[in-house]
Amino acid sequence: MNIAILSGKGGTGKTTVAVNLAQILQANYIDCDVEEPNGFIFLKPTVQKSEQVKVKYPVIDKDRCNLCGKCVQVCQFNALFNSGKGILTLEKLCHSCEACGIVCKEEAIQFADREIGSIEEGQSANLKCFRGILNVGEPMAVPVIKQLLAAAPAGLNLLDCPPGTSCNAVSALQYADAAVLVTEPSVFGFHDLKMAIKLVQGFNLPFGIVLNKWSPEGSSYKEYLDKENIKILGFIPNTREIAEEYSKGNTLNEIPEINKVFSDIAREITEVFKCN
Amino acid sequence: MKIAITSIGQQLSDRHDPRFGRCDYFLIYDSEKGLQKAIRNKGQDASGGAGIAAAQQIVDEKVHVVLTGNMGPNAFNLMKEAGIKVYQCNAASCAEALELYQNEKLTELTQPGPSHHGMN
Ligand code: SF4
Ligand code: SF4
Repeated sequence: MNIAILSGKGGTGKTTVAVNLAQILQANYIDCDVEEPNGFIFLKPTVQKSEQVKVKYPVIDKDRCNLCGKCVQVCQFNALFNSGKGILTLEKLCHSCEACGIVCKEEAIQFADREIGSIEEGQSANLKCFRGILNVGEPMAVPVIKQLLAAAPAGLNLLDCPPGTSCNAVSALQYADAAVLVTEPSVFGFHDLKMAIKLVQGFNLPFGIVLNKWSPEGSSYKEYLDKENIKILGFIPNTREIAEEYSKGNTLNEIPEINKVFSDIAREITEVFKCN
Repeated sequence: MKIAITSIGQQLSDRHDPRFGRCDYFLIYDSEKGLQKAIRNKGQDASGGAGIAAAQQIVDEKVHVVLTGNMGPNAFNLMKEAGIKVYQCNAASCAEALELYQNEKLTELTQPGPSHHGMN
């Protein structure tokens, strides 16, 4: 079973929730936030395996190309350019759809692979940890997320998703069976939370909310969620201790009160989503 | 010689658009025959690679010179590749841009501006 840990936006404590819950639930941790995977900072796994993520891009055979421009016209992503002297490929814009290869009647287009990122697998105590890494400067995260999640192991997996409701978050959600939305009570958080709720509802996933950095000022959040009949899985208090442990790159389960908070959330998750 | 001017409208009297990839129109001006036409920038509809779509239109029109405010790295390199000169211009109207160019008051762009999509 794959449980997606989502947030309306970055910086709501999504990774904190994901790594601490993975420890308590003894679930596999999978970091899908491939542009900024930082869960390994907290779980500190020993990486045992690493594989490349590659995508296809067209390579033009200049001797065969007659500069007809058909490939440029068919490309929906503006990844090809006809300078009048040759066809140039803008690799980073290419979505590997291979349409250009189909329309070229001169057989001037071949496809080659290039690396855009990698996938790592490691072990932290008795947890299996995975992460996708998108190389710096690469704009397309989706192929990395797909390859990462297609290889997800059986059992209970927590997917630390890309922030927001971007297409990266959507591509991770396609592999999810349930979702936990992490939010913090601030005005921006509220708007983004509503968007994230819409997204998981669109996928028809069972879901619940974790309210992070909770203080009584956030009660309008609780009222809203209660009114909409949305399950609140738990509240994580806004304490200095948490911020300190976080900044040291530690997980929070060593702090007894916080361990209890996460254990309660974990119990709710097990009950609500009916996982083992 | 053909000159392309980035514009928000279809006339020389219209405001000069400082953007290249996302400008509304390109005015195609022939130094002998005057204003030839205004073409809508397809880069406007592009979700990515606006500068490339715009650059392709410029090349297809067999333009020699582009007058615009700034240009991202992708489009800039493509213009270089195609041998098209780009002049940096902050004029208010397209007519004024043209006049500045004809009086040799504009400087050629020698390096690209910032990338808009994190791609360079
Ligand atoms: S379709 Fe083939 S022949 Fe035509 S420009 Fe593209 S690569 Fe060259
Ligand atoms: S593979 Fe698709 S996206 Fe890539 S250059 Fe060809 S047509 Fe464009």
